[in-house]
Amino acid sequence: MGNIDSLYILLLLATINVVFSKKLLTSLVFLSIFSMLLTLKYITLKAPDVAITEAALGTGLTTLIYLVAIKKTGRKK
Amino acid sequence: MKKNENYNQETTKGMTIVVKKICQFMAPVIFLFGIYITFHGHLTPGGGFTGGVIMASAFILQILSNGSILERLRSEKWRLELTESIAIFCFLTLAVLGLVLTAYSVFFANFLDRGTFGQLVSGGIIPIGNIIIGVEVCAAISSIFIALLIFKDEEDEEESR
Repeated sequence: MGNIDSLYILLLLATINVVFSKKLLTSLVFLSIFSMLLTLKYITLKAPDVAITEAALGTGLTTLIYLVAIKKTGRKK
Repeated sequence: MKKNENYNQETTKGMTIVVKKICQFMAPVIFLFGIYITFHGHLTPGGGFTGGVIMASAFILQILSNGSILERLRSEKWRLELTESIAIFCFLTLAVLGLVLTAYSVFFANFLDRGTFGQLVSGGIIPIGNIIIGVEVCAAISSIFIALLIFKDEEDEEESR
């Protein structure tokens, strides 16, 4: 039970950092950390299939596509 | 004429030498892991979609780190869309073959020998469907990413005119 509670607290901290960080890149890194913690959460809940999909999509693909979007739009300003 | 030459040689920026070398080491490993996830889809967690996403992320990593020529990316996008359509057609053909070849005429019927449980070659048409879906998802997500790169580029050209 204590294990699950600490994971919840870490997820909450990562989400607060995603919303309230000043730079977009910092926010993106915390989004990736949030996704990784969510993967651990899914493994704890015994859903390895969802965990693998979350790791591939949330940590890999979303980060890369957001990285391109930030790189493309930041140059114009 | 000179404007056209500039247009042909337009590239996306790569990253530093450290990132390039690490990505050259990591991308084949990521691609191999995607193939593993796809081929073991009927035995372990994962399957066609997850393996396809992992394989596509290997391509995306290479494009992002090394940079690329946008004119070449356009032709690659056309080929990727063709691959995706062919894979979808193969999946539909697999489903219709189940309808035709079995005696009880069910869509997606498993018409092959199922083998023993736990072996790599077992499960009838399930591994074949996983491989086809893996190819399709890999092509689709790569073409989405390339479309994102090209689209912003075309918008910039319209503004510069």
